[in-house]
Amino acid sequence: MNKQLILDQVTVQYNALAAVSDATFSLAEGEIGCLLGPSGCGKTTLLRAIAGFEPLTSGTISLHGEHISTTKRTQAPEDRAVGMVFQDFALFPHLNVRDNIAFGLNKLSSSEKTQRIVEMLDLVSLVSVAERFPHELSGGQQQRVALARALAPSPQILLLDEPFSNLDAELRTQLAAEIRTLLKKNKVTALLVTHDQDEAFAMADKIALLNAGKIVQIDTPYKLYHKPGSLFAADFIGKGTVINVGIDAAGLLGNNLGSLSINALPEDLGNTVKLLVRPDDIAYDETSDTKLAIVSKSFLGPNYLYELALKDGQRVPCLTHSHIDIPVGNELPVRFDLRHVVIFNPD
Amino acid sequence: MLVIVASLLQPFSSAWQHLFDTVLQDYITNSLLLMAGVGAGTLILGVSAAWLTAMCEFPGRKILSWAFLLPMAMPAYIIAYTYTGILDFSGPIQTALREAYGWQFGDYYFPEIRSLGGAICMLSLVLYPYVYMLVRVAFLEQSTAVLEASRSLGKKPWQTLFLVALPMARPAIVAGVSLALMETLADYGTVAYFGVSSFTTGIFRTWYGLGELTTAAQLCAFLMLFVFALIMAERWSRQRLRFHHHSAQKKMARLQLNGWRSMLAMSIGSLIVFLGFVLPAAQLSIWASTGWQEKLNAEFLRLLFNSFSLAAIAAVCCLLVAVFLAYTKRVFASRIELGAVAVASLGYAVPGTVIAVGVLIPVAWLDNQIDFLSTTWFDYPTGLLISGTIGLLVFAYLVRFLSVALNTVDSGLTAIKPSIDESARSLGATPSRVLRRIHLPILRTSLLTALLLVFVEVLKELPTTLILRPFNFNTLAVRTYELASDERLMDAALPALAIVIIGLLPVLLITKSILNEPFSNE
Repeated sequence: MNKQLILDQVTVQYNALAAVSDATFSLAEGEIGCLLGPSGCGKTTLLRAIAGFEPLTSGTISLHGEHISTTKRTQAPEDRAVGMVFQDFALFPHLNVRDNIAFGLNKLSSSEKTQRIVEMLDLVSLVSVAERFPHELSGGQQQRVALARALAPSPQILLLDEPFSNLDAELRTQLAAEIRTLLKKNKVTALLVTHDQDEAFAMADKIALLNAGKIVQIDTPYKLYHKPGSLFAADFIGKGTVINVGIDAAGLLGNNLGSLSINALPEDLGNTVKLLVRPDDIAYDETSDTKLAIVSKSFLGPNYLYELALKDGQRVPCLTHSHIDIPVGNELPVRFDLRHVVIFNPD
Repeated sequence: MLVIVASLLQPFSSAWQHLFDTVLQDYITNSLLLMAGVGAGTLILGVSAAWLTAMCEFPGRKILSWAFLLPMAMPAYIIAYTYTGILDFSGPIQTALREAYGWQFGDYYFPEIRSLGGAICMLSLVLYPYVYMLVRVAFLEQSTAVLEASRSLGKKPWQTLFLVALPMARPAIVAGVSLALMETLADYGTVAYFGVSSFTTGIFRTWYGLGELTTAAQLCAFLMLFVFALIMAERWSRQRLRFHHHSAQKKMARLQLNGWRSMLAMSIGSLIVFLGFVLPAAQLSIWASTGWQEKLNAEFLRLLFNSFSLAAIAAVCCLLVAVFLAYTKRVFASRIELGAVAVASLGYAVPGTVIAVGVLIPVAWLDNQIDFLSTTWFDYPTGLLISGTIGLLVFAYLVRFLSVALNTVDSGLTAIKPSIDESARSLGATPSRVLRRIHLPILRTSLLTALLLVFVEVLKELPTTLILRPFNFNTLAVRTYELASDERLMDAALPALAIVIIGLLPVLLITKSILNEPFSNE
């Protein structure tokens, strides 16, 4: 498949401080990517570099086979076929919905323009509010106007900067799925920036995880969750705790945690490992002899999330059905299910 | 206000007919032309100044961003007579031209400064800061993202300016130009000095020349129609501003100007400040310093004392009433109270001439009644008790400048949220302790600012003082105007310079807040 967007060893510096360094990433035509990471990790800087608002310190960015940003030359934002949906939507307050969408369509004849606006209004189901002004719309409607406006000039790539952060929490994942369907149907190549893994999982085919200005892992959502390549990834994605456990040559773990299949272990193993324990790796089992003290618990509706203490004092999470209601201070009988557990060498 | 409106109900006198036949059309045409000219002038100057300092980067931008405010310190009638001194037939420029080319009177064309066009230039030069201040803030508060969105949708930077930045700043532009036009309508000194027949000069002429109080009041009512239209425009645009408000999320990347562009920006900016402040201020200083020993006499000191005490009394009165109204509004936010506060805050929009006439008519009537009663009952003529007293003058100032104090106090008071009062009370503080320990310290700056603003405004105010002052009571502003009218420009310079220097105080205050604002941090 054709590579639509290629970032090759991109570095962006502000005042000699690298906001992003050495980022390499690509998207195929029609693919939806995501830059995921905590705030300040450089993901927005990278997105703005693609849009042409930040010059590169080193590396190249190419779009549809053309270098749009190099160290020497930064093509002006208005000259690159990039559509952008801004965090606060950035709708033009003095223009109505129709004129907002029409803003980028100056190359078309007026009949083509009208037709394109109707198509776009239709696409985002906003025909009924076409004459309204931005302040007369709900947050969700504003977002769809921003989307339609960015898509109207048929950009080579659509960039979305934290597009859901201004919306109600309940709306977010639903909208993310809706937008994904819309983009897929129209074969739009898109790149999303977010700090929210649920949004990333709901939207993206491919996620680049960033930490402190560096891309630490590029993977599908499934792999990122189940096979985190680093402690940071393990910690950032999903709930879970990393614990230090002793291990012997046969794969038997300390703290009565049971044993690991020796085949799954890395070869250069020392005598302790770091284990990523997800809440669903420890199951409630009333027949089990292993009993752990309950440190705290929180009610999640269908589930209880218990925090348990191992013998040596390290804490692990455990998810149970909510009808298993044992007071704090008592012990919970559990069984370790270590088939999916992620192992790291101690550093 | 009511008196002015009621005057319309009285029969139009023969003088009105006379006015209508002769000069009324002149008044209307000239006032409209003046407004159109000043509107265009302040728009161009104010918006360019705001655009240069808010959206562009060039050497000297920081200095210019506060220097653009300096002309505010220059009352229009003072800049008008200063430029007359510079540009008149006997002024240095024409004299130099004649000497250089050996011309005689009538040999060459030189624009007449004492004309409608001259008045437009003068007023635009000192009133553009209203537009500048509001539009600059509007530009700074524009969301960076909206401007970037325009770029990413294929528009060049200059297209973005005209298609997005300017339309978004439109409410601020309308508000700023309305304020400038209100000042234009209120202006008496400039138009009178330049001999332009506008509404304000017409009111004076009808009042003093024809002695027709009712007709003058009726003229005032017509002037108020203009003012009212401006108030509506200003209110409307402020409402629109709410929708347009976007706080900038990050520092705006200013458009870097290089080479000849930055030179051009620098020269245009400096030229505006030079013409609006530096040149007239320098000329005034030169005039004032020649023979200053003789000018700095007892008469000048009495002028200073009169002006300062009058301004101080008026400022304190304004502040007291403003604090009372602001607290009333805070405690009883009922509709009637809000209505009263809104009416009281209208004053500033009403030209001083109108207020003076509006205040004088009922008071004169009252005086005559008292005199009549006391003459008939006690056989003792009281004469005019209230008219022509300092008290009446202060009352007129109060009507005119209350809104200045009220707005300042009010905005300070809204910073103290009701929950702060409540938390103090729940911690056991009595209401008076809340007032002393919480409100006063927080409000102190606002109160001082209100005091200062009214003080300076009163000092500069010409028409109200001219109409209502007690016999033989002179202030800096009145004396400046009188001397200038008598073509004693040199003698007028010292009081004028005093007004300009005091007028710089509020400008410094605004400057400080501009320098402290987060946007300008580099």
